[in-house]
Amino acid sequence: MSSDVRFTDFKSDKQPTWCPGCGDFGTMNGMMKALAETGNDPDNTFVVAGIGCSGKIGTYMHSYALHGVHGRALPVGIGVKMANPDLEVMVAGGDGDGYSIGAGHFIHAVRRNVDMSYVVMDNRIYGLTKGQASPTSREDFETGTTPDGPQQPPVNPKALALASGATFIAQSFSSNSQRHAEIVQQAIEHDGFGFVNVYSPCVTFNDVDTYDYFRDTIVDLDETDHDSNNRDQAKDKILESDKEYMGVLYQDEDSVPFEKREGVEGSMAEIPDGAPEGAMDLVREFY
Amino acid sequence: MPDDLNWAIGGEAGDGIDSTGKIFAQALSRAGRHVFTSKDFASRIRGGYTAYKVRTSVDRVESVVDRLDILIALTERTIHENEDELHDDSVIIYDGERTTMQDVEVPGDATALEVPLKRLAEDAGGAIMLNVVALGAACEVTNFPIENLDESLQKRFGDKGEAIVENNKKAARMGQEYVQEEFDHEFGYDLETTDEDYVLLNGDEAIGMGAIAAGCRFYAGYPITPATDVMEYLTGRIDQFGGKVVQAEDELSAINMTLGAARAGARAMTATSGPGIDLMTETFGLVATSETPMVICDVMRSGPSTGMPTKQEQGDLNMTLYGGHGEIPRFVIAPTSISECFWKTVEAFNLAEKYQTPVFLVSDLAMAVTEQTFPPEAFDMDEVEVERGKVVDEDDIDAWLDEKGRFQAHFPAADGVSPRAFPGTTDGAHMTTGLEHDELGRRTEDTEVRVEQVDKRERKVQTAREEEDFDYREYGDPDADTLVISWGSNEGAMREGLEFLAEDGYDIRFISVPYIFPRPDLTAEVEAADDVIVVECNATGQFADVVEHDVLERVDRINKYTGVRFKADELADEIKQTLAGDAGTTTEVEAE
Repeated sequence: MSSDVRFTDFKSDKQPTWCPGCGDFGTMNGMMKALAETGNDPDNTFVVAGIGCSGKIGTYMHSYALHGVHGRALPVGIGVKMANPDLEVMVAGGDGDGYSIGAGHFIHAVRRNVDMSYVVMDNRIYGLTKGQASPTSREDFETGTTPDGPQQPPVNPKALALASGATFIAQSFSSNSQRHAEIVQQAIEHDGFGFVNVYSPCVTFNDVDTYDYFRDTIVDLDETDHDSNNRDQAKDKILESDKEYMGVLYQDEDSVPFEKREGVEGSMAEIPDGAPEGAMDLVREFY
Repeated sequence: MPDDLNWAIGGEAGDGIDSTGKIFAQALSRAGRHVFTSKDFASRIRGGYTAYKVRTSVDRVESVVDRLDILIALTERTIHENEDELHDDSVIIYDGERTTMQDVEVPGDATALEVPLKRLAEDAGGAIMLNVVALGAACEVTNFPIENLDESLQKRFGDKGEAIVENNKKAARMGQEYVQEEFDHEFGYDLETTDEDYVLLNGDEAIGMGAIAAGCRFYAGYPITPATDVMEYLTGRIDQFGGKVVQAEDELSAINMTLGAARAGARAMTATSGPGIDLMTETFGLVATSETPMVICDVMRSGPSTGMPTKQEQGDLNMTLYGGHGEIPRFVIAPTSISECFWKTVEAFNLAEKYQTPVFLVSDLAMAVTEQTFPPEAFDMDEVEVERGKVVDEDDIDAWLDEKGRFQAHFPAADGVSPRAFPGTTDGAHMTTGLEHDELGRRTEDTEVRVEQVDKRERKVQTAREEEDFDYREYGDPDADTLVISWGSNEGAMREGLEFLAEDGYDIRFISVPYIFPRPDLTAEVEAADDVIVVECNATGQFADVVEHDVLERVDRINKYTGVRFKADELADEIKQTLAGDAGTTTEVEAE
């Protein structure tokens, strides 16, 4: 079946309610292309989405999917993959979902390195609640709840990931559809936790981090001599404050995903209709 | 009343109290005696008073009592802590050569048995074995053949090498011989042995074993007293059956991992205590509204907040019954004994999958820290049945696709239970969400669909009431005028309590309720009795409130849950219609 799969097979018949021009359209298209390109189909794919504009993605895509609780999408994805490593697991969310309410889960999901991809639609704003500061908003970004700006530096999610032992860190931009799809595809193909931060501009509430801003500032790593297997080079690029990069910043080619280390071999769904063979030995242990 | 002996070893945390007590309890169990253990302990690694207590009899014992016959006291405080339970025939074994125990006074006419535990242990090969010397001394005092300790010592020290095992056997015998030679008299205790074969386990272990028996393959949890033993039991063991335990970064993550595994088709469980349930409540509504089968085990301890982490309480009943915003269908089951911890865990998984609903399995510290003997047949694995409910595969999925070929994971079936397709099933791809959703799992605010889905989820509870046997366990005199009701772990204490009461001429009917929701209707039983007493380990009587609620006269109800508020004229009409109708009916305001 998978050889015939087109990326539109991953599209549901529900029309997105994102604002016209929202970066999330491009982000989602790239995800669907990458899933099709990697030989997946809707019946073997599980998409987990968080809360916020980005969280609606599960509704607009067609696959097995769960739209969960704010900030907790990553643990759900881990549970799915542990219980059935044959599934393709993709988790999607926004900067608020992933780096604010879900920040604790983010660093631990990075550490755990389960074989799945995590696509964060980073628009540096809370859109669905109509424009409050997010953890990636600039220090002086004025909003209704932060009239003088947040007065605290933005989170650097790629640095957080690197410090947490990430095996795959990438930055993408929703407007560059070809490159974006390629980058997500690389995250899917990576043996471990494939983290992609996507600049996915909010055209309604963020007039600073706009399409024009990213187009003007972003540098494609493919056009540099960046070695993505070199952690030190990745660190330098990630900590640079005056440039934005697009592409795979870091990849550990020797990554072994958590579920493999733990010896999980196949789906846990099938069980016998009584106690499993050998269960009486468990009772005898208590003699 | 069982002809019982009550034994304890007490000292400071870190003195090896638990493992020494367990060696004795296992020896008794292997010798064909029933055992019921309990622990006094604090939430710390070292220091502070801790004790391991063993009640034993050739008859079944299922409670602690307020009497201590033999006490091994490693500290003077141990004697003071147990002063009220000691009596004139009690024997207190302690090391009078220790500087801190030279001026020990024993209460009343109790026998002070000074045994140089440390010195004898050193002679046997090391001071570290002083507890085992004390065990040997206790064997002599209770006329319990010393050979019975050998198998337990082998079990405890076998992985440290044969020499260590032999040294411990020697240490035990030195304690025994010392008492034999220095105190040449009978103490009046006689632990007879039988040919019975018992297993010895605690409530957390029974839950863990029940989970594996039921086909649980995924467990995610975060360590917390007194639920950690469930996780420790499963770790490694569940792997032998193709499963996995994951230690999450917190309880929020634990329940969400469990949710993911359950969505992927695995039987999945998490266990925690009250503070963890607080955190898990965030995701609980999602589990229920996404109709995901899950077993959430709450091993209760004293609250609120951090409370008394190592003390007993049944304070979470209201939280498990009502916790979470909105209205959430659920099952709440509270096993009433340690063997029932096993069987109710199996049942919890079946209910969860048959009705695609979260199940709270509510246990407590009293069962978690108590080891009790059972004949192995009490856990007959051949009796375990696995019922998975409406799982569909490639062959029968077509019946559940809509006219556009889309799988209807929330189809509003007559019994409230929709088909379930595991990810990977061809044509089964579907989403689900914590938002109100339609039969396809897509978000909706359509008032008719909203009402349809709320009713569908509630119908599962109704179906379960009709299909399942949510009955109580009954003891004592069924015709007695006095009715005592309890839930959860109090059953054992109350069953033995009936014997004390019978001695004093009290005739009692005792109902023990394992099903908290849905639960048996006790109206007839309450009305048939002159006096009704509800027994529970909490301050406000949470189950008593529930019983009183159930036997109240019914009121009429007008409910609206379309998402739209009441409107004045509409409400007036509803009131008029209700008054014109039969009393005691529920009116649901129509969707608009």
